Amino acid sequence: MQESIKNRKMEWEESVLNKVLQKFPERRETFTTGSDKPVERLYLPEEETKGDYLEKIGFPGEYPYTRGVQPTMYRGRLWTMRQYAGFGTAEESNERYKYLLDQGQTGLSIAFDLPTQIGYDSDDPVSMGEVGKVGVAIDSLKDMEILFSGIPLDKVSTSMTINAPAAVLLAMYIAVAEKQGVTRDKIRGTIQNDILKEYIARGTYIFPPAPSMRLINNIFEFCSKEVPKWNTISISGYHIREAGSTAVQEIAFTIADGIEYVRNAIKTGLDVDQFAGRLSFFFNAHNDLFEEVAKYRAARRIWARIMKEKFSARKEKSMMMRFHTQTAGSTLTAQQPDNNVIRVTIQTLAAVLGGTQSLHTNSKDEALALPTEDSVRVALRTQQIVAHESGAANTVDPLAGSYFIEQMTDEIEKEALEYIEKIEKMGGMVRAIEAGYVQKEIQDSAYRYQKAVEKGERIVVGVNKFTVEEAEPKGLLKVDPALREVQIKKIKEIKESRDGSSVESSLTALKKGAADESVNLMPLILDAVHAYATLGEITHVLREEFGEYRESIVL
Amino acid sequence: MELVKGITAGNIRSIARAVSIIENNMEGKEELLDELHPHTGNAVVWGITGPPGAGKSTLADKLIQKERDRGKKVAVIAVDPSSPFTGGSLLGDRLRMQTHATDPGVFIRSMASRGHLGGISTAAFDAVKIFDAAGYDTIMVETIGVGQTEVEIIELSDIVMLVLVPGMGDEIQAMKAGVMEIGDIFVINKSDREGAERLKAEVEYVLMISEKPEESPQKTICMTSARDNTGIEELYEILQSKYKEDLESGFLTEKRKRRLTKELSNLFYIKTREFLEEQLSVQAQMDSWIEGIYKKEIKPYKFISEKMKELTKEYVKG
Amino acid sequence: MERKTRIEIAKPGLDGHDRGAKYIARALKDAGYEVIYTGIRQTPESIVATAIQEDVDFVGLSLLSGAHNELFPRVVELLKAEGADDIIVFGGGVIPEEDVESLTKKGIQAIFRPGTPISAVIDFIESKKKTTAA
Ligand code: B12
Ligand SMILES: Nc1nc2c(ncn2[C@@H]2O[C@H](COP(=O)(O)OP(=O)(O)OP(=O)(O)O)[C@@H](O)[C@H]2O)c(=O)[nH]1
Ligand SMILES: [Mg+2]
Repeated sequence: MQESIKNRKMEWEESVLNKVLQKFPERRETFTTGSDKPVERLYLPEEETKGDYLEKIGFPGEYPYTRGVQPTMYRGRLWTMRQYAGFGTAEESNERYKYLLDQGQTGLSIAFDLPTQIGYDSDDPVSMGEVGKVGVAIDSLKDMEILFSGIPLDKVSTSMTINAPAAVLLAMYIAVAEKQGVTRDKIRGTIQNDILKEYIARGTYIFPPAPSMRLINNIFEFCSKEVPKWNTISISGYHIREAGSTAVQEIAFTIADGIEYVRNAIKTGLDVDQFAGRLSFFFNAHNDLFEEVAKYRAARRIWARIMKEKFSARKEKSMMMRFHTQTAGSTLTAQQPDNNVIRVTIQTLAAVLGGTQSLHTNSKDEALALPTEDSVRVALRTQQIVAHESGAANTVDPLAGSYFIEQMTDEIEKEALEYIEKIEKMGGMVRAIEAGYVQKEIQDSAYRYQKAVEKGERIVVGVNKFTVEEAEPKGLLKVDPALREVQIKKIKEIKESRDGSSVESSLTALKKGAADESVNLMPLILDAVHAYATLGEITHVLREEFGEYRESIVL
Repeated sequence: MELVKGITAGNIRSIARAVSIIENNMEGKEELLDELHPHTGNAVVWGITGPPGAGKSTLADKLIQKERDRGKKVAVIAVDPSSPFTGGSLLGDRLRMQTHATDPGVFIRSMASRGHLGGISTAAFDAVKIFDAAGYDTIMVETIGVGQTEVEIIELSDIVMLVLVPGMGDEIQAMKAGVMEIGDIFVINKSDREGAERLKAEVEYVLMISEKPEESPQKTICMTSARDNTGIEELYEILQSKYKEDLESGFLTEKRKRRLTKELSNLFYIKTREFLEEQLSVQAQMDSWIEGIYKKEIKPYKFISEKMKELTKEYVKG
Repeated sequence: MERKTRIEIAKPGLDGHDRGAKYIARALKDAGYEVIYTGIRQTPESIVATAIQEDVDFVGLSLLSGAHNELFPRVVELLKAEGADDIIVFGGGVIPEEDVESLTKKGIQAIFRPGTPISAVIDFIESKKKTTAA
């Protein structure tokens, strides 16, 4: 081994590894292969390297984090297996969550229905057909109380896929916790809160960029003081990729989003190290195993350097890109759905070899309907098999040093940086979105991909090759269409029983606050939530003040 | 004609059908336009042109609102290019005005250019007449936005807005007279961005050196942000006062008569050509003529001149 | 003179899945049709108003969020109410096969599910187009 690397290794062991080992011992004393050969924690270049190993690749748990954000990675603790779930009423979802917790799951991941995500109550005419369909319907604090009844909020960590109205749902969560006697500094969890990718790829936006960014800053600031264990944003490339982007575009646009959030927060007077450690990311795991692994490694390196060089972060945590991963729903087919289990296995491996912190695996009925309990189980088992049987979790960053992987990592990094630079030149991500540039880049990639499938240049097994006649799939999950009536009845009861004057005064205060940019809206939203103002009422006030965003795609 | 009754009564379905009839050059088109002719002449036509992505549609969206606030009925004709290869078209302007889709006082119609150069489709001229006859107070026509070639919008409109955006200063310099002649009102949109003031100065400069005041009324510059809905009120005011001015000065009448002249001579041209081609059985014989020219058996100019002689001998005296 | 076929591609409801709809819109353009794409979050009312103003021959609805049983038939009903039921309604997206029959009964003339090649959609349009040529 090269002298310089050997020396650095000793330093790393002392300054990084040992500290972690003392606090978090590894899962086992020794790790071995399936045939009992020993497996070491970390493998390093044996031969002479070009000399930039330390700078570019380095050691896990150390800048620039190419090899991962922890020194022991999965030898210390496996990634969190977190399945995204929720549908129907708060009552039904509550039952499902309790069941999952009984099964030993420690984290919840809440899916909301579309009206909730776009800030409409269930009784709004536009909610027709959508209530409880793709997630749980939340209209007021009452629903949130039901959703978490009997679930101790000091014991679980909760991830909520909520963006435009994230402030309201977070306020409801805090309110429920406090009613349980859990103070806000004790609660743990994540809100997605990533509005930029909603404009780009996901579609559940409400307000225009400027007031949306303000709401995000308000959350950053409020949480840094009052809810210190909360992850205030999950900057997501997942949806960008699912909308049809390439791997390079996925990380480039996500990191460009990240830059915009950091810049904005700093502009409002926050110190970078005060909030950056609570930023987390969310990526996709696609079928092309090696490209995906290289992608995660490149993303970590880019982010670390940007945080250090561009934003002068000092804390290690501010430079570490921690991310959640989900397997690629858009690769899963309606045809021969069993094949999807194999695709998800490859994707799981990609995420694990790429060093993810948590993972959701999609179910085989992905392209047919919301998953059934049975298919969710197989999806979870896929992760467990990779974790416990494949050996992929036994050493850190196993693919490092592969000529292919390292070169691919460099290339993806380079191409992503070109995009990031281009967006910066356009004046940042908000500009690029308003001009429709990012959306157009993704649309074009999606179109090229689809055309290649149509022409048979790209093979999708079971779709354009190796097809069979198939019977109609049976036993798909069905959501009760009468749910809306149930929710409407609940809203009516709430509106009759609550104190109308405190609703009114809290909403008036919120409206006034919204008009004054220097006001942090979180406390005002909390007041309105406590008064049982509905999500729709709160959002309506903000819509009036902020206006609504309109899609800026270019066809 | 049933359809004419429908149109003048403002029936949406009838209007939509009529536009398709002219767009596809279908049977009954000419009769339809003749029947509608007496009902036309009441609407104001605003042209909106400018480079792709300048914010023409977004601006139209905001102007629709202004007109609606005053109880006016508005029609928009939004033209997008057709693919020269497939003839297909993805019409995207409407997307920006879709909040008005269900307003009974607003009619938005997307049109593909269908190979016609000049930034609008041929049918746009006639579509304007349909909306006019149907009682729309204001008709906005949005062009494709390719630039230099879009002079037709002047012929079609009472007032033309040329939409420009910051970041295209150099292009303005290069355009000089050419495109700048197109606009009556220069709208500097996206003024929420930096560089808007500078663009304004540049436009002022170009106008100063190219304007010939004796020929046309004063041109105006207006700064807007269609996104933030700022400057729209001012633009709207300018549109109103410009219209009033042009009407009172007689400039508008003159302009409209020029448009009619152009249209009629165009019709003459088309009809004459159709007539001649039929007389000479051009369609049927074209292949054999070409064969002859290709084999050098026929000299093209001599051939044409003989054909013309043959055709016009009864009209040519002496 | 043959009438150029015009198609509205629309996304009713709150569903934001637009990858498929945008693909279909663009692929139909490439196939030579005039396509009007209205963006996400359209109501059945705005879809129908658009169809009528634009005098389209077809309305293609795209929905992946599961609200198709409520929203698709509503579009057909409103078209009928406007006397525009000569406009052909079809759709696509994540739609369970068991729902296809009832949707067809309610006037949605074809449903295209994930994995559909564009040629199938074009074949459908061509087969129906003849009867709408005015
Ligand atoms: C990509 C994707 C996303 C992307 C969407 C990106 C985008 N901008 O489009 C992201 C990650 C953002 C996303 C988010 C969500 N998703 Co999603 N998503 C998918 C996924 C994996 C693929 C869809 C896709 O784009 N495929 C590729 C395109 C080209 O195919 P397609 O849309 O199916 O279109 C083809 C055909 O269906 C047909 N077609 C479609 N429309 C039309 C229209 C016409 C006129 C015609 C002729 C044909 C046609 O032709 C196309 C070409 O073959 C599907 C599952 C799947 N594999 O289908 C889930 C799926 C649709 N999503 C689902 C859910 C629940 C969501 C969320 C609501 C989750 C939540 N609770 O927050 C969110 C919210 C999104 C929102 N705003 O509405 C569910 C819906 C469940 C249901 N129907 O019961 C699905 C089915 C997954 C699942 N099994 O749970 N999703
Ligand atoms: N920042 C900013 N963006 C704007 C403004 N007006 C329009 N836009 C954005 O610019 C993009 C193009 O707007 P359109 O209204 O479609 O422009 P257009 O000139 O009609 O475009 P084409 O019809 O394609 O030539 C959209 O993303 C709009 O949201 C504005 O005043 N400021
Ligand atoms: Mg436009």
